[in-house]
Amino acid sequence: MSHISIDKLYKTYPGATPVKALEDINLQVAPGELVALLGPSGCGKSTLLNLIAGFEQPSQGQLLVDAQAVRAPGPDRGVVFQEAALFPWLTVWENVIFGPKVQGMARSEYEDRAHEMIKIVGLSDFKNHLPVQLSGGMRQRVGIARILTLGSRVLLMDEPFGALDAQTRLTMQELLLTVWQKLKPTIIFVTHDIDEAIFLASSIYVMSARPGRIQTKITVPLARPRTVADTASETFASLKLDILNLIRH
Amino acid sequence: MANASLDTLRRTVLGMLVPALVLVIWQVAGSRPGMAGILPTPMLVLEGWHGWIFGSPGMGLNPYLGSWVSNVQYSSMRVAQGFFLAALIGVPLGLLIGWSRLVQQLFDPLIQSLRPIPITAWLPFSIALFGIRDMGAIFLIFLGGFYAIVVNTTQGARDVERNLVRAALMMGASRKQLLYRVVLPAAMPSIFTGLRIGLGISWTAVIVSEMVAVKSGLGYVLWDAYYVGRMDIVLADMVSIGIMGFLSDRLIVFIESKVLVWRMLQSH
Repeated sequence: MSHISIDKLYKTYPGATPVKALEDINLQVAPGELVALLGPSGCGKSTLLNLIAGFEQPSQGQLLVDAQAVRAPGPDRGVVFQEAALFPWLTVWENVIFGPKVQGMARSEYEDRAHEMIKIVGLSDFKNHLPVQLSGGMRQRVGIARILTLGSRVLLMDEPFGALDAQTRLTMQELLLTVWQKLKPTIIFVTHDIDEAIFLASSIYVMSARPGRIQTKITVPLARPRTVADTASETFASLKLDILNLIRH
Repeated sequence: MANASLDTLRRTVLGMLVPALVLVIWQVAGSRPGMAGILPTPMLVLEGWHGWIFGSPGMGLNPYLGSWVSNVQYSSMRVAQGFFLAALIGVPLGLLIGWSRLVQQLFDPLIQSLRPIPITAWLPFSIALFGIRDMGAIFLIFLGGFYAIVVNTTQGARDVERNLVRAALMMGASRKQLLYRVVLPAAMPSIFTGLRIGLGISWTAVIVSEMVAVKSGLGYVLWDAYYVGRMDIVLADMVSIGIMGFLSDRLIVFIESKVLVWRMLQSH
C-alpha cells in the first residue's frame, strides 16, 4: 500500500483569468521512499507540496496520506520550508521542541528525542542560539531537526537547500541521506536542481509548466548508500543528459 | 584611537553649536526692555524653575513655590493610567482585528471612522461626560494612545509571515496557540512602535486636558502661569514636559531592548 496516493488531482486558482496550477496529477509514493519533484519555476511543484501538506485544498481529485484524505496541516506531515521559517524569537532548542510542546506533551516525552535529533543534524553546541545568529545551512538543519522531533513519517521539502552555497548544499544533501537511511521516513523533495534530484531520489517526477503536469517518472539506477563519488559516475552523467533533453524538448 | 575621540569631540562641539547660539540670542533678546513679560532670559527661567522645584510652599505670594514635583507626578500618573488602559485594550484588540476577519469586520469601521476626529475635539464632550475630574483627562489620554496602539498592532498581526503560521499549523498548533505563540511575538516590533507613538500622543493629551479639564498638573500650571504673567514658569514648564516625554520614551525603548533581543540582533 502506498503512503501517499494522489489520483486525478487538479488545482485551479479562481479569478478573472483562472490559473491552472496543476492538471491531472497522479502519484503513488511507497512508505520510506525518497522521491523528487523536478521542474522549472511555475510548474506547480510547490503547489503540489502545499496540497499534500494541507496548506491548500485541491480543486478536484483525491489526495490520500495513510489512506486518509488530507484536510489540514498536521504533525504527521513535516514541512521543511525554503527559508527555514524558524521562529526568530525562539532559540534553536525552543524551535525544535515547539511541536511537542503545543501538542501538550510532557517534557520527559520529547526531551531525549529532541536532543538526539539536534545531535544528528550537528547542532548540539548551538541549542541556545537564536536563528539570526546561525548561517543559512544551520537554519535548515534546525528546520530538519524540528520535524524529526515532531516524529513526522512524511517529510515534505520545498527547495530547502536552494538558497545555500554549493558546498553547504552538498553537505546538507549528505546529511539528508544519512537521516533518511537511519529513520526511513517518506520524503517528497521539491527542487529545480537536476543534480540534486538524481543524487537524492529513488524516483524523479519531472514536471512541466502551464498547466503543471507530471511529464515523466524516472527511476534513478544508482545504488545506495550514495556518496559524492556517484555524482561523477557515468550513470549519473547520462541520466542528467536525458533529463536535460526531456526538459528542453 | 586618537582619530575616533577627535571625531567624537568634533561631533559634540558641532552638535552644541546651534543650541548655544539659540541660547545666546534668547539671552540677548530677553534682556531688551519691553520683552520682560514675553520672553524672560534663560537665567530668569532657571531661577524661576529652581524656586518652583525647591522653594518652600506657603512663603509669600508665589503660588508655584515647591510645587514642581507634585505637578509632575499628577501629569505622569494621568499619562500612566490612560496609557496603560490604552495598551491593555489596544494590544489585544489590535491582534484580534489583524487576525480574525470577523473581529475586523466588527470593529475596524468604527475605529477608522472615529480616528480622524482629533483628540482635542473630544475635550468638551469628555468634560460633559466626566466633569472637571481626573477621568476626563484620563479618557482623552486613553483615546490618544489607543488609536496609535491599535492601528500598529493590527498592522503587525496582519503582516505575520505566512510560512511561520504554516509552520506552526504543521506542528499541531491550535488557533489559540497560533495567536499567542506566533502572531503576538511576530507583531511585537509593531506593537512597540505603536506604544512609542501612543505615548507621545498621550503627553499631548494630558497637557491639553489639564489646561481645561482639571486643576492640577503641568498642563494646568502652564495655562495658569500664562494668565498671571509668569512666563519663566511657562518656559520651565515646557522644558519639563519635554524632559518627561523623553524619559518615558526612553523607558519604553529600554523595555523593548529587553523584550526584543532577537530583533535587536537581527538589525545588526
